[in-house]
Amino acid sequence: MEETPVDFLSIPVSTGTTILACAYRTGVVLAADSRTSTGAYVANRASDKITQICDNVWMCRSGSAADTQNVAAYVKRMVEEHAMERNGTGFRENESNDRAMMVDVRVVAKLTQKIAYENKEKLQAGMIIAGWDRVRGPQVYGIPLGGSMLEAPFSVSGSGSAYIYGYLDNTYKENMEREECEKWMTEAISLAIARDASSGGVIRLVTIHENGCEKQCVLPKDHKVCDGELEQVATTTTAMV
Amino acid sequence: MIPSRTSHSSSIGPGVVPRGADPAYDEEVKREYDLRKNIPHLGKGSKGRPFSIDPNVGVMTRTQTPYVTGTSVLAVKYKDGVLMACDTLACYGSTKRYKSIQRMKLVGKYTVVGFTGELSDFDYISTLLDELEMTDFCQDDECPRTPKEIYNYLVRVMYNRRNKFDPLWNSLVISGWDYVEKKPFLGCVGMIGQHYVDDHVATGFGNHLARPLFRESWKEEMTEQEAEKLLKSALLSCVMRDKQMMNKFQLSKITADGPGEISEPFAIDTRWGYENYVNPTKYAPGAW
Repeated sequence: MEETPVDFLSIPVSTGTTILACAYRTGVVLAADSRTSTGAYVANRASDKITQICDNVWMCRSGSAADTQNVAAYVKRMVEEHAMERNGTGFRENESNDRAMMVDVRVVAKLTQKIAYENKEKLQAGMIIAGWDRVRGPQVYGIPLGGSMLEAPFSVSGSGSAYIYGYLDNTYKENMEREECEKWMTEAISLAIARDASSGGVIRLVTIHENGCEKQCVLPKDHKVCDGELEQVATTTTAMV
Repeated sequence: MIPSRTSHSSSIGPGVVPRGADPAYDEEVKREYDLRKNIPHLGKGSKGRPFSIDPNVGVMTRTQTPYVTGTSVLAVKYKDGVLMACDTLACYGSTKRYKSIQRMKLVGKYTVVGFTGELSDFDYISTLLDELEMTDFCQDDECPRTPKEIYNYLVRVMYNRRNKFDPLWNSLVISGWDYVEKKPFLGCVGMIGQHYVDDHVATGFGNHLARPLFRESWKEEMTEQEAEKLLKSALLSCVMRDKQMMNKFQLSKITADGPGEISEPFAIDTRWGYENYVNPTKYAPGAW
């Protein structure tokens, strides 16, 4: 066999995860799996890889947990201050009090990119910033290792992403509706989980649109049943032995 | 009487034929050795016969890395036999590549062998076991091989390969019914020839996840239902925490009644419906 699939010294360190974000007609959907593995051991089977930055912008994180947590914390803090300055206290005409912490998605993305780029030697963080704002509507920005920033209709990252590039490229449609987009993304993550051993668990979805954001959790029994797999038995939480 | 040579390739070294027993083979060995006497880096006066995987290429001693691998196998003895369980996945590194692999094999009338590790090495072991079975069948002496015989054979195979620095990258679980002593048999052989028999075994990740459960809950003279329940709870633990396992299992049963049975693939009930899993970072935003 010429190729060596597992050459530990030379493959780039990819993060055991599948994260995905996509813009649909009136908002964005972010999706992620929930498996954190150390070696072959699943350290956390229900981790939460989607973090809120402000009311209308969330971030998908992959890579070193410490790095992404701290970058997210910095970004969140700076964005909070920016929101205060820009939006005032929220008592404005045509703006409800609840939405005082809305910030332009591009601002958040640029800030994250700045941090990632300036510290590129130290950080191992692959992030996707996505959200909705009044200026430019739904937006998705991918910020991979190295600190570049790329806006795209959809962005995928993590070790599981390799398995679904073909599927995403083949089936992506512009201006999908919300349900359609959520279903498409659940299916994509299911397909990644089907082939990537470092991804698994529940599929978390966050949908951001003009009127707010909603979080969802899709259990394994509701994932798409992929080739070679069996239907998952209905869940129980009762003890077995 | 000339002992029959096993059918492995001569490239893995001389077979079990002692010198003097088969003159033609001795000639062959002598010729091969003569050809290699002038290899420069072996040094003048070197008398050792260099080891070589492929005699035509040169001197090579290496241990391999596994490519396509199977994960844990779990097995427990019960009153009337042995139950063995494993999943049907073969991983290519971190890719779940082949999802319908049978990792257990029926050998003869009274044995089931399961493997962890490299798939191709187990295919090779399967071939050896098939040959063993063939010779046993042809002998037609109304005493089929006992599982202990198969276990001992596999120990020798694994240990000899280890000695040649070319191990078969597998951990094997041999389960069966000893019809002579009228007892279940369960043993485990590793890739460096380490071997033992026990009431319950687990290979791969199962060593860490399943064994503690077995140690706590296994008891003498369990019924088949109890054994199956114990195995399934161990499987649950393994499939949740081993990233290279999938929720698609086969169970094999071997009893005094004869050939082992390997069940159809089934999924077990995994537990996900906890409220805390829905929003785990509620009080620690940004955490994992």
